[in-house]
Amino acid sequence: MNDASHPHTGDILAEIEAEVAQELEEERPPSGGAAYQVVGSLVGLAVGVGGALLAFNYGLGSLREPGPGLWPFLVSVLIAVLSAVLLVVGRGLTDAEAFTRKSVLPGVGAVTFVAFGLLMPLTGFEIPALILCVIWLKFLGGESWRNTVVISVVTVAAFYLLFLYGLRIPLPHLISF
Amino acid sequence: MDFNAFLDGFALVIEPHNLLYCLIGVLIGMVIGVLPGLGPAATIAILLPITYTIDPVSAIIMLAGIYYGAQYGGTITSVLLRLPGEASSVVTVFDGFALAKQGKAGTALGIAAIGSFVGATISIVGLTLLAPIVAEVALDFGPPEYAALALLGVLLVATIGSGNKLKAMIAGALGLLLATVGRDSFSGASRFTFDSLQLADGIDFVVVAMGLFGVGEILYNLEQRHGKKHVPAKVGNVWPSRADLKQSSGAIGRGSVIGFVLGVLPGGGAVLSSIVAYATEKRRSKTPERFGRGAIEGVAAPETANNAAATSSFIPLLTIGLPANATMAMLFGALLILGVSPGPQLVTEHPDVFWGVINSMYIGNILLLILSVPLVGLFVRILRVRPAILAPITALITLLGVYTINNSTFDVFLMVAFGIVGYLMKKAGFDPGPMVLAFVLGSIIESSTRRSLLIFGGDATGFVTRPISGVILGIFVLLIVLPMVRHVRNSRAAARTSDKTSTQTEKLGV
Repeated sequence: MNDASHPHTGDILAEIEAEVAQELEEERPPSGGAAYQVVGSLVGLAVGVGGALLAFNYGLGSLREPGPGLWPFLVSVLIAVLSAVLLVVGRGLTDAEAFTRKSVLPGVGAVTFVAFGLLMPLTGFEIPALILCVIWLKFLGGESWRNTVVISVVTVAAFYLLFLYGLRIPLPHLISF
Repeated sequence: MDFNAFLDGFALVIEPHNLLYCLIGVLIGMVIGVLPGLGPAATIAILLPITYTIDPVSAIIMLAGIYYGAQYGGTITSVLLRLPGEASSVVTVFDGFALAKQGKAGTALGIAAIGSFVGATISIVGLTLLAPIVAEVALDFGPPEYAALALLGVLLVATIGSGNKLKAMIAGALGLLLATVGRDSFSGASRFTFDSLQLADGIDFVVVAMGLFGVGEILYNLEQRHGKKHVPAKVGNVWPSRADLKQSSGAIGRGSVIGFVLGVLPGGGAVLSSIVAYATEKRRSKTPERFGRGAIEGVAAPETANNAAATSSFIPLLTIGLPANATMAMLFGALLILGVSPGPQLVTEHPDVFWGVINSMYIGNILLLILSVPLVGLFVRILRVRPAILAPITALITLLGVYTINNSTFDVFLMVAFGIVGYLMKKAGFDPGPMVLAFVLGSIIESSTRRSLLIFGGDATGFVTRPISGVILGIFVLLIVLPMVRHVRNSRAAARTSDKTSTQTEKLGV
């Protein structure tokens, strides 16, 4: 990327912006194809149309006396229209990222979040927090068992002290002194 | 300007606990700036629950510190690893990394720190002088002006940021729709609650922000971790020589002004100003060929500008109540939680918050200068901490934090749901930033629009005939129409020179 290759480009700003875009591009995973763009637009369209239908039922009222549905109706229509435009013009975009085998990791991560929310009221936060740390360090992060155990125990202990004693915020907990 | 209130603000800031929160804020900011992954908006989102437990002024001082501290930290990875920690440090990579390869990493970091300090300080002085005046003017604004301004703010953030503008506008509109969930404040009717009691009062801003920004980014990072190791370049003497300082003084001066001006514009902010400052220096230089090969001005200009911009982007927030970017939207939300509504009354009704935040930035920047010049070696060492170790810690902070707001597991699940939405949006090329910003402004836009319609007796032309709101809406329309015209003109020009570009793209292998 040196300047000798574009000797007659007048606009340095545009050139640098392109360079920045390319710099950011280098870090990114493979781009998803047109299907990703179509799905994205369709989701937007569905939200827009669904929102507009619901809002219509809330009552639009008039401009003099707007009903509860008027504003959400207008916004929903805007979403639907913009998504429809995106559906038409956006197929060639390359800003979507393809799902790969590594996309399983965020899926597992999200499941541990939900499991944490389910377990905490039942068992206190210590055990779910420890399990979450172990899963994230060992299975999602590829750390060694020794690191996993040490970091997990220290982290949970630190949170225990920080929340219950440092900030004095009540959390459901198992061990009390 | 009320000079006594200004001095009282200082007295407040130098209270030991506020100094401590300021230090914690800038430290966290620098650390997350150094670590690629979580940005300042995500970090502030994750830490929002803390605003419920500590003193309002301290909380805002700390959260603000995270924002400008991150601008300092982002430089370190750009120079040493060629990895910009923040988008606003991308241009720093060109010359910063070139300098590091020549063994002058220390000089680059030193000049960046000094430039950042000067830029930020000039910008705070500007903020100190200008903010009360803007607030006074804005006191005359009525509901129509607010509706128009907030709409313009959402549009600017959607269109000036990087990425596809249409997608950003869709995300913004989705945020406006999300803000309508819950009880309608005018008629009391429930909207989009699906008979859920938990949704009856609407969706908590903190839950949305923590989900879309915090959890969304945590999940996204799980996938993006490449596992490749980076070996940072050696850092020698960080004190720049007198010749270096002399060479970059012009760049620092111009960078401060560019950053200050662009930072005030909604959506402008740090990223744009760093690019413009770099381009300005390259254009002015007698030896532009040095840029990209280790020109010291190429580091000084963008780093000065991004800090100046980060500072001046507080002006619209503190004076009009309009967040200029996603991070400011976080601070806007934090202020609302604390029962302080940002706007022109802030300076008179809550002078402690207003001057406390502004004056803490003077101190915060001095702290950052100390952290980033003599202690830079410490931050370089943080680069060795693997992201895999930090991930479960941030995950736990998020989970426990959101639970503590209302002691509610419903909030936890709602946050995770928004996290998944945020992750999927990122995958599909939608920036969640405009959505969060529109969400936070949504109820203001709706209520001011409806209140205006009541004032106008249902005549919507009132928005256009009132001078200030008319001008704002005029700018709004121009911003939509101009890019379209330019797009059409460009595609015509592109068609004419299609032969040339096709050979170029082949060469690049696109």
